[in-house]
Amino acid sequence: MSVLVKTTINGDAVEFVCPPEETLLDVLRNRLGLTGAKEGCGTGDCGACSVILDGRLVCSCLVLGAEMDGKSLETIEGMANGTTLHPLQQHFIEGAALQCGICTPGFLMAAQALLRKNANPSEEEIRFGLAGNLCRCTGYDKIVRAVQAAAKDMRSA
Amino acid sequence: MPLDTSFTNQTFKQVGTRPLRPDGVDKVTGRAKYGADFNAPGQLVGLVLRSPHAHARIKKIDTSKAEKLPGVKAVITSADLPDLTAGDKGMFAILENCMARGKVFYDGHAVAAVAAVDAATAKAALKLIKVDYQVLPHVTDVDEAMKPSAPVLHDHVFTRGVEPKPAKPSNIAMRSEYGHGDVEAGFKQADVVVSRSYKTEQTHQGYIEPHACVANVGPDGQGELWVCTQGHFVYRNQCAQLLGMDASKLRVTASEIGGGFGGKTHVWTEPVALALSRKANRPVKLVMTREEVFRASGPTSATSIDVKIGARKDGTIVAAEAELRYTCGPYYGDWAELGAKTAFACYDLKNVKTVGFDVLVNRPKVAAYRAPSAPMAAFAVESLIDELAHKIGMDALDFRIKNAAKQGTRSSYGPVYGPIGIGPTLEAARKHPHMKAPLGKNQGRGMACGFWFNFGGQTCSSINIGMDGSVTLTVGTIDVGGSRASLSLIAAEELGVSYEHIRCNIGDTGTLGHNDMTDGSRGTFSSGMATVFAARNAIGVMRERAAKMWDIPVDDVIWEDGHAKAKGANQGNLAPLSLAEIAAESGNTGGPIAGHNETVADGAGVSFATHICDIEVDSETGAARVKRYTVIQDAGKAVHPTYVEGQYQGGAAQGIGWALNEEYVYGKDGRLQNAGFLDYRIPVCSDLPMIDTQILEIPNPNHPYGVRGVGETSIVPPLAAVANALSNAAGVRLTHVPMSPPRVLKAIKGKSK
Amino acid sequence: MRYESPGTTKDAISLLSREKGKAFILAGGTDLLVKMKSGVLEPDLVVDIKRIKGILDIRKSTSGFVIGAGVPCAALNEDKALLKAWPGVVEAANLIGSKQVQGRCTMAGNLCNASPAADSVPALVAAGAKVVISGPKGSRKLAVEDVPTGVGRTALKKGEFITAIELPKKPARTSDAYLRFIPRTEMDIAVVSAGVSLTLNAKGVITAARVTLGAVAPTVLLVKEAAKAIIGSTLDEAAKARLAAAATGACRPIDDKRGTVEYRKDVAGVLARRAAEIAYARAGGN
Repeated sequence: MSVLVKTTINGDAVEFVCPPEETLLDVLRNRLGLTGAKEGCGTGDCGACSVILDGRLVCSCLVLGAEMDGKSLETIEGMANGTTLHPLQQHFIEGAALQCGICTPGFLMAAQALLRKNANPSEEEIRFGLAGNLCRCTGYDKIVRAVQAAAKDMRSA
Repeated sequence: MPLDTSFTNQTFKQVGTRPLRPDGVDKVTGRAKYGADFNAPGQLVGLVLRSPHAHARIKKIDTSKAEKLPGVKAVITSADLPDLTAGDKGMFAILENCMARGKVFYDGHAVAAVAAVDAATAKAALKLIKVDYQVLPHVTDVDEAMKPSAPVLHDHVFTRGVEPKPAKPSNIAMRSEYGHGDVEAGFKQADVVVSRSYKTEQTHQGYIEPHACVANVGPDGQGELWVCTQGHFVYRNQCAQLLGMDASKLRVTASEIGGGFGGKTHVWTEPVALALSRKANRPVKLVMTREEVFRASGPTSATSIDVKIGARKDGTIVAAEAELRYTCGPYYGDWAELGAKTAFACYDLKNVKTVGFDVLVNRPKVAAYRAPSAPMAAFAVESLIDELAHKIGMDALDFRIKNAAKQGTRSSYGPVYGPIGIGPTLEAARKHPHMKAPLGKNQGRGMACGFWFNFGGQTCSSINIGMDGSVTLTVGTIDVGGSRASLSLIAAEELGVSYEHIRCNIGDTGTLGHNDMTDGSRGTFSSGMATVFAARNAIGVMRERAAKMWDIPVDDVIWEDGHAKAKGANQGNLAPLSLAEIAAESGNTGGPIAGHNETVADGAGVSFATHICDIEVDSETGAARVKRYTVIQDAGKAVHPTYVEGQYQGGAAQGIGWALNEEYVYGKDGRLQNAGFLDYRIPVCSDLPMIDTQILEIPNPNHPYGVRGVGETSIVPPLAAVANALSNAAGVRLTHVPMSPPRVLKAIKGKSK
Repeated sequence: MRYESPGTTKDAISLLSREKGKAFILAGGTDLLVKMKSGVLEPDLVVDIKRIKGILDIRKSTSGFVIGAGVPCAALNEDKALLKAWPGVVEAANLIGSKQVQGRCTMAGNLCNASPAADSVPALVAAGAKVVISGPKGSRKLAVEDVPTGVGRTALKKGEFITAIELPKKPARTSDAYLRFIPRTEMDIAVVSAGVSLTLNAKGVITAARVTLGAVAPTVLLVKEAAKAIIGSTLDEAAKARLAAAATGACRPIDDKRGTVEYRKDVAGVLARRAAEIAYARAGGN
């Protein structure tokens, strides 16, 4: 029996109906047209589907859509402020922190969560903070540097 | 075909700068559409039923119950994909790999597929398909598969490359041999001869995006395929052939691709999706799960390699030989042959011989993985080179420099080298601060070299000048990591307009002639070449239009800095016409302005790299951590240096993962035990240090800008660089990749006994 | 499948008791959803306990800490008092999966998943933690080590579920530590792991200790011989060697895709020794 869920996504009130076993990731991608979260594994091992749920970074493949009632969700689609990219987004482009880009939304969500907790992370803290996100293209070097650069900008803003 | 000699000292205005990539905003906002992000109205969900057995005869498949399940719109087996390959063995292997025919050859081999109204129905339908298997003995290890006692996969495979033809079928699909000189005589001149055997385990490309497509075929025989691929023209040709369609009737649109590394160079589930769609007369979306990606796509070869090298006390290598045994999965491939060709390519050798054996086993069909087959061969050879240098008492870097190939060297695989970068990368390594940096406790340093051919291939690009003077560049090679930026730079350089006025699109198969796929590091090399010539073609048209506007002979019009300029004494007063001004008048001067180029991009320059690696080992647990890593590689000409660095870093990271932890683990039952990112351990962010890069530019004489492919070579040295560093740190030679903690600890404990 | 999110423990018990099919508790879901995805589990009922009042709270009392069964592991790290009292437990819980997984996963779930390699379990056992179980016959308490009865099996009965984990009040000069071995730096399942908690006297002599091992037997091992090996010592080299030998000797591991018997035995001793060194330093020993 499907469930009706009323939730908030990127500040907007959203309602959807989904089967109880459906994951949040499938709800986002297949019901709400929010395909920024990617399915790289479906088992919480790659981080490509990362979103921020009530302030906590989670894999949307490991959350049921049914759990979302009354919750507040942030996804990559809500990261930019209107036409202004978030400093992380800007530095990812400028620093070539993406090649194929499939992991990028997940990394940006994870980096966002990291910088909210720690505005001035060390390289090691960044590396461990982003260890739940797999990237197969970049070797992580330019991702770490982009997060460092964005953090610096955000501290001086 | 050297174009001219001016390639060596060209100056560029835009090529070599680092503008923002044109697809950046889409990719940081989640808007970019990848394979699984596309949906068609009325689409069905496709799922594939896969074999749980490593080797079995399919006695019967009963799909009747699945077909009757409400919501199921099509069920197919190999009967729905008749053999239309007309004796093309390569295509038949692809067909049989897409859907087993009579026998399954590996755990995960597809046996049937369904299309249903939703995922839950499709899942239920898969459970209703009854497959009656007769399980057969299997073999997954390369050396075991070569034994006469091994179960033979195909009774029609007789070893190629052996005279006379063997009397019995075997799993050895091919023997290949390369080299020159007389190795026996060479070894007799040696003061020191070393030899060793090595093993490497099977790895997967590990792209984060699983294979995904939406297929749509109507009863009118026309079709559309939206798919993540490294080569949509290749996918079109293969799918059209396997489905019996005219290639022109199938339009393939490439999505953004979430990584490929060689793993998306031929079709897997796409013909299945098309066959389902044809049968259901509805669009079908088929997305692999991660488990399916590991069990049934990719991977690279597992190998077993023997190497022997002899040298004189002065450090001259006098003879080198290797036997390389590579798994192919169940179908013939030239993987060992590529290993045999690349093994000694870095060195100038008088006597060299390599023999490759391509071996069939009950594992997934091997696919290309970034410089396919070269990393394993380099692991074995570069490990032994290090050992030999130690034995002679020579510095491993000096030893390599002394024996490095150079311009004029006859390579171990045949051709004579033009200008190449192995010597310069080694010299750069000698000067690099990394080589002199002090090492900490339990740390070791290693280095290794690597080679890759690079490819060119068929390529076709178009430039269309808009009425407003903006430029649309349409290319047919997939952008796997920033090539749209590089190609836009090249178009901007030629046309003399700013990078911002160029929009580079990947055309669908309806918009351009055939393009080979993005493999062999050819994207920027070949499409770059075609773009240069397409731009020059368009410039020719614009010069004609300017001549018409001015009413002067076209020979009196030159193109400079984005403008047509009149030259000669008689034309001095004519103000230059900008590209935009010429474009605005195109309606009055002959119509739309475009330039094209269709070419076989010959002359991809070979590429070399030298890597330096520092490792720290925990001698109580066998854990190894890379502490510092440096990549030095020849790019010919770095069009967009930032993305060249990215290729160097990414290849190095993949190689480090391969060296330390990645491997397919099979049970005794021939089933894959680690089909997921949890236990197939690709490096995570905290596993790696920053990866330093140094780009050398030794221009490729066969490319108008001197460009060489840069994508692949960087994965070749790391296995050996890590092995040499780790062996130095642990004080014991490691010969089995991955050098996982249990293997390292065992080696350390063995040493003290 | 039905999804229910009761607001009270009583309602949850009632749902679980009445269900005739397969019922599962959803707390963090990081194991449950993976098993649903792979088809290993096909629940008829999923009871999401996170809306039960108080189940997301960490409460400090005179007798220690009560950690609600829905508290995600990431939250443990944010509770300064808990972190100070039981750093080994918190560090173990914050090794499970990734930051993303820690945003959801719970120690109670980690325990009920009953994997021999669960990261938080050896640390909880070393710390002497108990679980509070609610069920149709009321509530009961069980030592953490008595919850898993085998791989994938627990001592919980039909209708029962864990509502909280209790950590004792930390005695003076006591601390704990947890170490695991994984091939990468993050994201792996423990190949072998060790938890140690110990108490010192004013002279730095160990007066009490608990040593646990993970991933070397079907369930977590509480190794009394290993504790005996260091009690009465100041964790000198001889005591550490005895500890390592006792840990290695207690292992009953298997060969699998993650490690060999030989490797697990060797490394169990190494980790027990290293964890003891950390716990000893944390407890104020030199």
